Amino acid sequence: MSENPNDSQPREDSEYAVVMRNVHKWFGPFHVLKNLNLNVTRGEKIVICGPSGSGKSTLIRCINRLEEHQEGDIIVDGTELTNDLKHIDKVRSEVGMVFQHFNLFPHLTVLENCTLAPIWVKKMPKAEAEEIAMKYLERVKIPEQAHKYPGQLSGGQQQRVAIARSLCKRPRIMLFDEPTSALDPEMIKEVLDVMVELAGEGITMLCVTHEMGFAKTVADRVIFMDGGEIIEQNSPQEFFDNPQHDRTKLFLSQILDHT
Amino acid sequence: MKPISYKIGEHPDLPPPASVTGPLAWVRNNLFSSPTNVVMTLVSVWLLFELIPPMLNWMLFDAAFSGENRDACRAQAGGACWAFIAERFRLFTYGFYPAEERWRVNLAFVLLLLALVPVLYDRLPLRKYGLYYSMVFPLIAGWLLLGGWGLAPVDTDQFGGFMLTLVIGVTGIAFSLPIGILLAMGRQSSLPVIRLVCVGFIEFIRGVPLITLLFVASTMLNYFLPKGTVFDLLLRVLIMVTLFASAYMAEVIRGGLQAIPKGQVEAAEAIGMKYWQSMRLVVLPQALKISIPGIVNTFIGLYKDTTLVIIIGLLDPLGIGRSSLADTKWTGLHNEVYLFVAIFFFISCFSMSRYSLYLEKKLQTEHDH
Ligand SMILES: Nc1ncnc2c1ncn2[C@@H]1O[C@H](COP(=O)(O)OP(=O)(O)OP(=O)(O)O)[C@@H](O)[C@H]1O
Ligand SMILES: [Mg+2]
Repeated sequence: MSENPNDSQPREDSEYAVVMRNVHKWFGPFHVLKNLNLNVTRGEKIVICGPSGSGKSTLIRCINRLEEHQEGDIIVDGTELTNDLKHIDKVRSEVGMVFQHFNLFPHLTVLENCTLAPIWVKKMPKAEAEEIAMKYLERVKIPEQAHKYPGQLSGGQQQRVAIARSLCKRPRIMLFDEPTSALDPEMIKEVLDVMVELAGEGITMLCVTHEMGFAKTVADRVIFMDGGEIIEQNSPQEFFDNPQHDRTKLFLSQILDHT
Repeated sequence: MKPISYKIGEHPDLPPPASVTGPLAWVRNNLFSSPTNVVMTLVSVWLLFELIPPMLNWMLFDAAFSGENRDACRAQAGGACWAFIAERFRLFTYGFYPAEERWRVNLAFVLLLLALVPVLYDRLPLRKYGLYYSMVFPLIAGWLLLGGWGLAPVDTDQFGGFMLTLVIGVTGIAFSLPIGILLAMGRQSSLPVIRLVCVGFIEFIRGVPLITLLFVASTMLNYFLPKGTVFDLLLRVLIMVTLFASAYMAEVIRGGLQAIPKGQVEAAEAIGMKYWQSMRLVVLPQALKISIPGIVNTFIGLYKDTTLVIIIGLLDPLGIGRSSLADTKWTGLHNEVYLFVAIFFFISCFSMSRYSLYLEKKLQTEHDH
């Protein structure tokens, strides 16, 4: 049983999309995540922000086991992350991830990037995988680039391909790690538009971003991290208009200065 | 000529003036662009003029192509005595392979060329099936050359000449690449035991000259192996040459693996791929692509190192050449022999080098822009 600030009724772990309970992580002697507790309900959109080095990326990378936590429990869609490879595979089949630097496979075409996992992981016939990939490429509005290589696309287009690629295995949870921070300003909007559209479809989203406009339109909850801890979490309205903690206020004043 | 003016935004693409294109412009830009360049060009032309005609005279115009022995050659002309090479041509090609069985060597050679097509040319229709054939080719070739199952058996000590070079070279090339890939991956493994074994193997092999390994293969192994084990000398040489090339290959490929950003593996893991899948489908295709120059360099090195087997008594083309020179009929014709062998090696190695350039260019244009 766990508590959720947004949710008065206690629930079973398996009813949540993600449960993190007393999670600790160290990089060597460095304590990156300190006693994190987080329950994400199904379909919830969460925006995570905080200063550089506060452990935001590490937090969401623990959810699909790109990083291993050392203490505490992480339960994703009812599956606990342990050293059991079957559990890890199961979690990864349900969690999609979009990276800051896209991480597309440069030696494969856009279409091949999208069909790789369905064909090799889900053992789907090639024609079916291509059909699904084209559907998602249309959703991110670049079906006409399907036969190009990633190196031939702009940053915004590459990031949209990356989103389509992770959607192709039909995840229930999407993780975004600063998806727009490597993009030129004029391309940020095209990526955010796709993400806003995606948010309207009931998928659970955890998004590390400093795009406060996006947080206001999409997020159910904004989480502020600093020094490996969750300092404050609230609805976007409350979070931006009425921050509680001094560090939150300082952080908000810093990022809002620019915009 | 009156300058034509165009409206803003409507200027068409015009051909460049003759002074920047055409052969004359090329000559000026490349051969006479500066005083140093002029001097270099003139010196080069003079050197070519001094060297080429005498060489051609010796090799072709003053050469003798027939004759019973050295003196018959010399009586005809002052140049090269190719009659010697012509007489020994079969020996150079087949070694001591029995004359009535040489068709098997020829057939194996043709099958080798066929097996290379699907490997080298990726646009081949039905390439997948071609590759299956390429994979069973070593078995077919082994059967053809060694005999058994209906063919007269031929002992490996009768192998020699260019055929021996090809047997060692092709075997080494075909096996050192996969072994090198595994070693390079093992060297980066997260399991300390695997890492230690791979590092130890690579560093040991790289720290020892190939000749030493060949000596070990030819003599010392007899002490280590149980008495009475028959373990073919050629097979031992093949193993040593392959292991030697694998160690170098591993280091070349490790360089390629290290150049692949960590994000590639993470993205592969995030979409659910297992270690072997992400290696095979994501990391290795990229790592091998950037390692092509180093890989082909190792291949060429291995191919030329096959001449070292002469030390332990196998008769590669150089060995055949040396023993032919001992024939009193043909004494003193070193130039002919070594030039002939050099041409053979040059053709093989130069083709490998050109193919690697072609492959690099092709992959380059395919993936980026
Ligand atoms: N593989 C690693 N080994 C050692 N230290 C690491 C590793 N990855 C991250 N760190 C450290 O852990 C801390 C948290 O890193 P993390 O990437 O989670 O921060 P972040 O909040 O995402 O920062 P940013 O906004 O810069 O992306 C940083 O101080 C970082 O230097
Ligand atoms: Mg980060």
